[in-house]
Amino acid sequence: METLASAFSILAQWNVLIALLIGSIGGVIIGALPGVGAPVAIAILLPATFSFEPIVGLTLLLGIYGSSMYGGAIPAILINTPGTAVNALTTYDGYPMTKRGEGHRALSLAYSASFFGGIFSVLCLIILSPVLALIAPHFGSREIFLAAFLGILLVVLAHRGQTFAAAMLACFGIFLSTVGLEPVKYTKRFTFDQTFLTSGVDLIVVVLGLFAISQALLLLVDKDHTPGEAHVEGSIFTGLKELIGIKRIATVSSSIGVMMGMIPGVGEFTSQFLSYTYARKTSQNPEKFGDGSPEGLVASEAANNAVPGAAMIPLLALGIPGEALTAMMLSVFYVHNVIPGPQLFQTQLDFVMALYIALILLNVFVLIFLLFSTNLLLKIIQIPTRFLGMMILTLSFVGVYSLRNSVTDCALAGGFGVFGLILKRLNLPIVPIILGMVLGSIMEVKLRSAMARVKTPLDFVDRPIAALLFIAILGIIALHIRTLIAEHRNRITPQPVGGDEPTQQG
Amino acid sequence: MLARTLQDLFKRYRRPGDIVFAFVFLTFAVFLFSQIGEQTKITKRTKWFAQPGLWPTISISGMVFFGALHYLSSVLSPRIPGRGREVAFWLRSLEFVAYFLIYVVTVPMLGYLPSTVLFAVFLTLRCGFHSTANIGLAILFAFCVSVLFRGLLQVKIPAGRLYDYLPDSIRVFALTYL
Repeated sequence: METLASAFSILAQWNVLIALLIGSIGGVIIGALPGVGAPVAIAILLPATFSFEPIVGLTLLLGIYGSSMYGGAIPAILINTPGTAVNALTTYDGYPMTKRGEGHRALSLAYSASFFGGIFSVLCLIILSPVLALIAPHFGSREIFLAAFLGILLVVLAHRGQTFAAAMLACFGIFLSTVGLEPVKYTKRFTFDQTFLTSGVDLIVVVLGLFAISQALLLLVDKDHTPGEAHVEGSIFTGLKELIGIKRIATVSSSIGVMMGMIPGVGEFTSQFLSYTYARKTSQNPEKFGDGSPEGLVASEAANNAVPGAAMIPLLALGIPGEALTAMMLSVFYVHNVIPGPQLFQTQLDFVMALYIALILLNVFVLIFLLFSTNLLLKIIQIPTRFLGMMILTLSFVGVYSLRNSVTDCALAGGFGVFGLILKRLNLPIVPIILGMVLGSIMEVKLRSAMARVKTPLDFVDRPIAALLFIAILGIIALHIRTLIAEHRNRITPQPVGGDEPTQQG
Repeated sequence: MLARTLQDLFKRYRRPGDIVFAFVFLTFAVFLFSQIGEQTKITKRTKWFAQPGLWPTISISGMVFFGALHYLSSVLSPRIPGRGREVAFWLRSLEFVAYFLIYVVTVPMLGYLPSTVLFAVFLTLRCGFHSTANIGLAILFAFCVSVLFRGLLQVKIPAGRLYDYLPDSIRVFALTYL
C-alpha cells in the first residue's frame, strides 16, 4: 500500500502528467499519419528526453508507444492505409466495414478493443509483478546472457522467409556494438585509426538514421501522395457496448498479445497473426473474416495493444529489450543511471508501479481523446507525403545534433538513413540491427562475468533458470528445423517463400 | 539434382535490387573479416571469453556466413526486372542527405532558427510545393520546432555566430532561445 502511495506521488507532478498527455495525444496523431510510426517519433524525441527526469522522459515515450496503434487504426479502417505497419491486419476487416457504411462502428470497435487490450496487459503486469520480483533476482549473468541470446534467436526466426537477412543484420548490429575503445582491456576495435570511431557507434545515431532519416528520405524521393479524404458520422460510443458481446475473443487476443509481448523479439506481428487465426478458427462465421468481421477487427486490435505493456516486462525485470522501441527506452534508463533489472523490483518498486499507472492513464486519455476528435484527426493526416518527409528530416536534426553537437554523428546518421531506405525498399528487417546492438553488448559483458565462475561447459547451465533457457533455445532451433523440413516436403508446386507484404516496423 | 534441391531450398521472393544489396553487404562483410587481425588485439594472460577480438570475430563471421546464404538465395530466386531503376532510387536519396549535411554545417554559423527556416523553405520548394500557403506552413513549422526545442526544451544546440552581430537588446535573447 505504501508503495502504491509512493507511486502516485511520483506521478502526481505537473510535468509527468503533461508528458503523459502530450505523449498519448501526440502518439495518436503520429500513429494516424501513414508513413510515420512510433519508432520515428521516439527516435527523434529520445535525446530531448535525456534532460528530463527519468519518469518524465519515460512517460512521454510510453505515451507515444502505447497510443500510436490506436491512431494507426483510423486510416486503416477509413482509407485502407494502415497508419502504422502493425495495423495492416486491421484493414482486412475494418475497410470492408467502412465500405458497407459502418465506418463509425468499426472505429468504435477498434478503439474499444485497443482499450481493452491495453488495460488487460497492464493488469497482467500488475498481477505478475510479485512473481517477477521473486524470479528476477535468480537471473544472474548466465541467465541474462542466455535470455539475450534467446532474444536474438527469436527476432531472427520471427522473420520467416527472411531468416538469412535477419541473421546477417543482427550480426551487423552486434558488430556495431563492438566498434570503438573496448572497456576492459582498453584496446581499439575496428576504429581504422579514426578518432570519431574511438568512442564507438552511438545507438541513438543508428536508431535515428535507420528509422527517422530513412523514412524522411523515402518520403522525399518517392512520388508525392496525399491520403484520401474521409469523414465519419454516428456515435463512436457504441463499440464499448458491442465489445461485451465479443469479450471471449477480446480476452484471448489480449492474452496472446501479453504472452507474445513478453517474449523478446516476437511482438505485435506474431501476436495479431495468432489471435486473428484463433478468432477465425473459433468463430461461428469464419467466412466473414477478411470481409468486414467485427471479431477479426477486435482480434487484431486487442492483440496489438496488449503488446506495449507486456514488452515492459523483460525490459524492467531483466534489462532486456524485446524490440526496437523498448531498446530505445533502455537508453533513457541508462542515461539516468537507473539500471533496469532484478534490483529495480527490489529497490524501486514504486517507480515500476508509477510506470504501470501511467500506462493505465494513457489508455484512458487516448480513449477520451479519440471519442471526441476522430474527424479532426482525419483532417490532420491529409499532409502530402513529401511535405511530411521535410518535417521528419528537419526534426531528425534535433535528435542527432543535440546528442553531442557532432557533424560526424549527423553524417553517420545520414549514412544509416540511406542504409535504412535500402532495407525498407527491399522489405528487409531493420529491428534485428537495433536488437543486435543492444543485446550484443549485454551478451559480451554477461559472458565475461559468467565465465569467470564456470569450469566446465555444463556449469553454465547447472542452475534451473539457465537450464530452462538453454532447453528453450535448443527446442526453438529444433522446432524451426522441423518446420523447414516439413515445409520443404509439402511444397508440391515450388513457390517462393514470403511475399510482398511489408514487414517493417516503423 | 543437387542444383534443383538447392534452388528449392533457397528460393524466396526478392524485390528488384536485392542482389546488388546482397553482393555489397557480403563484400563489406568479407572486407571486415580480412581486417580482424589488424583491427583487434589478442591480449596476453587473458582467457578466450575476455579477448577483445572475440565478439567482433563472432559477429563478422555471422555476417559473412549469413550474408553468403542471403546472396546465394538471391542468386537462386526469380529475378524481377527494374534493378537499375531501383539503384537509381537509392542514389537519389543522397541528394537529400547532402542538403541535410549543409543544414548541419550552417546551424552553428547562422543559428538554429534561421537555418531551420531556410532548410524547411528550401526543401518545400525542392519538393515542388510552390504556393505561398505551403511556404508559409513550412516557415511556421520551422519556427515552432526551433522555439519548442531550443527555446522551451533547452535542447543542446549551439547559438549561431551570426547572433553576435545583433543589437544588444535582442542578442542575449537570441543566444539563449533561438
